[in-house]
Amino acid sequence: MDVILFLLFAAIAVACGVNLVVQKHPIASALSLVGVMGSLAVLYLLLGAEFIAAAQVIVYAGAIMVLFLFVIMLLNAGGEPKTPGKSRMAGLLGIPLMAVLLGLLSYLVQRALPKPAGVTFGAFTGGKPYDVGKAIFTEYMLPFEITSVLILIAILGAIVLARKEID
Amino acid sequence: MHPITTAHYVALSAALLLIGTLGVLTRRNIVIILMSIELILNAANINLVAFSRYWGPENMNGQIFAIFVITVAVAEAAVGLGILIALFRNKETVQADEIDLLKW
Amino acid sequence: MFANYLPTGAEYFRLLPEMILTAAGTLIMVLEPLTGYRRKRFLGHLALAGLLAALWAAVVAYSSPGPAFNRLIVVDGFATFFRVLVIVVGILTVLSCWDFLARHKAESGEFYSLILFSVVGQCVMVSANELITLFIGLEVSSIATYVLAGYLRDDKRANEAALKYFLLGSFATAFLLYGVAWIYGVTGTTNLVDIRQILESRDVIHPILAVSTAAALMFVGFAFKVSAAPFQIWAPDVYQGAPTPVAAFMSAGPKAAGFAILLRVYLTAFGPIDQSWVPFVWTCALATMVIGNFAALAQNNVKRLLAYSSIAHAGYIMVAVATGTAPGAAAAMFYLAAYAFMNVGAFVVVSHISGRGERKVNIDDLAGLSSRQPLTAALFSVFLLSLIGVPLTGGFFGKFYIFKAAIDSQLYWLTILGLLTSAVAAYYYLRLIVVMYMRPAVDGEEELPPLGGGLKTALWASALGTLALGIFPSAVLNFAGASGAMLVR
Repeated sequence: MDVILFLLFAAIAVACGVNLVVQKHPIASALSLVGVMGSLAVLYLLLGAEFIAAAQVIVYAGAIMVLFLFVIMLLNAGGEPKTPGKSRMAGLLGIPLMAVLLGLLSYLVQRALPKPAGVTFGAFTGGKPYDVGKAIFTEYMLPFEITSVLILIAILGAIVLARKEID
Repeated sequence: MHPITTAHYVALSAALLLIGTLGVLTRRNIVIILMSIELILNAANINLVAFSRYWGPENMNGQIFAIFVITVAVAEAAVGLGILIALFRNKETVQADEIDLLKW
Repeated sequence: MFANYLPTGAEYFRLLPEMILTAAGTLIMVLEPLTGYRRKRFLGHLALAGLLAALWAAVVAYSSPGPAFNRLIVVDGFATFFRVLVIVVGILTVLSCWDFLARHKAESGEFYSLILFSVVGQCVMVSANELITLFIGLEVSSIATYVLAGYLRDDKRANEAALKYFLLGSFATAFLLYGVAWIYGVTGTTNLVDIRQILESRDVIHPILAVSTAAALMFVGFAFKVSAAPFQIWAPDVYQGAPTPVAAFMSAGPKAAGFAILLRVYLTAFGPIDQSWVPFVWTCALATMVIGNFAALAQNNVKRLLAYSSIAHAGYIMVAVATGTAPGAAAAMFYLAAYAFMNVGAFVVVSHISGRGERKVNIDDLAGLSSRQPLTAALFSVFLLSLIGVPLTGGFFGKFYIFKAAIDSQLYWLTILGLLTSAVAAYYYLRLIVVMYMRPAVDGEEELPPLGGGLKTALWASALGTLALGIFPSAVLNFAGASGAMLVR
């Protein structure tokens, strides 16, 4: 069951990811990105990370994607002219090369893990909102506070960059 | 059947990293480049959550890190799209190769 | 069980500079709508006061050094050195931006808030003892800088600069993050000291390979932040398009903080596996010095020239990193301090002569500067001589200590190439001085405005810093040496 769920949603994630990159129109890409986010949320659930799965759907698939769609609509950003052959050649050469490289590296990471890497699903008690909240507000209070500065900057940035004019 | 291991998640993450990198390098539409960068951040997040699971419930670093990464992604998207809107007001384009006042 | 995590008063005290800067930045945001357009300078004074208070706080926080907040940050000599450095860069930027902003009718509280928040991020970065905090600090610093680069949002070149900086920057930090995730996966921790202990305790081949790959991925992010080859392509465009005070800020503050985390991560956490990362730092140092110096030869735009020169200087500092030793770290710290003063100074001069719309930024526009404004020309020459590395300036001792550390670590090729490229560099810096002093001013040239108070203070402060480091280097060097040694403990 776990295996089927993993394979199914991993396949959806990869397919949507590829679709994101090859689609001409940004709207189609944005919808594919929603697909990636959704299937990743399921995969996080399989890992027992309930809070992150929820955050993934609410923040990523919800907030960020709406922002993207909004901007695409606002700018009326259409498709792009056909890409010249040069970058296609680069893709033909680069994709297999990088795939081999990354496969090798993932294998290395797996070998590097100090204990056997088996993951059995269910009955994992580390990702409930309670646990996450406890860790954020005790051990990781400092980065949590600093992210508030980050959000202030995002607000300021939106004000500075997108307001009508400086006067 | 062979059980799913952390290595499977690492492989999935590597695949998304690869796709995202290709998207950034080959596409011209800036909105799509931005989405490809989001894809790479998600690839890193898969690793973080899978490794957090691997190291057991006492070690929450990975999951906490993933939450911070989501926050950073939001801030980055907001600022990036703000920059794009400012540029579009002045230049009426979202294609990276039409942005050429400064030599690359 | 929560009581264990309640921070003590001493821990808050160690975070005082960041708290002061955040409070000042937020206060400016709140006051911004309440101040009329003609009173915006008041917000600038407020930002200056906040930075000065933070400078004081960074110094007194060192009176009780140690880790804070569950070992997420550590206030040691290294952190204090860089905190003081980035805050000083912030002060010089705020001082030098007043005339520029007034000339472009763009004075607003947001500019000052963003500078302050960016400095907060850099302070967090340089004192981070752990990868999560380091990443958040890095993002706070960079996202604020992306916005600052595009601050003049009616200027197409500024839009482009911000977009290029943003796209390449977030791409590079995504790779950094990927590397961090692998480090966490292989070691199970994000604390730099714990990573070091784990790497020391195990000598199996596979972890080493996986960790060095992760180190390489993280290096992509760091190299981008410090504009080292092959991730330097953004720098000339962004420095040219961004407002000049922002370019001054970017070339000194985020760069110093980037080198600080590079040194801390690679010397502290990856110290035990230095044989695996020294080769690519070595290659990067070589390529950066060559590309930066030779590309600078061909430039006519002073801002682009300074951008390539700042790439070249990143190359010299990379040589110090490639030694992987405590004296190398100390030399890098000293060089960054000297570089901050001379480079910010040079950019301040450019921002002064550039005029409205930043049209006068070509080398020819410097003609006759010595007769039009002797003081500006003289101070500019001091900065340029220091960038060349002439004795009695900070740049001389910076290069001297870096190449001494390189020779002690048997990096003979890097030393030779470093010296050769410095000789090349002397040509394009001297060319500017020659144009300023030998070529007469073009007739009908509109008069340069007199130096404003803020600009004058910033120029004198940078010049004094450059000369002080060149005449009395020992105090700074001893401090850098002691705190550099702490990294490889």
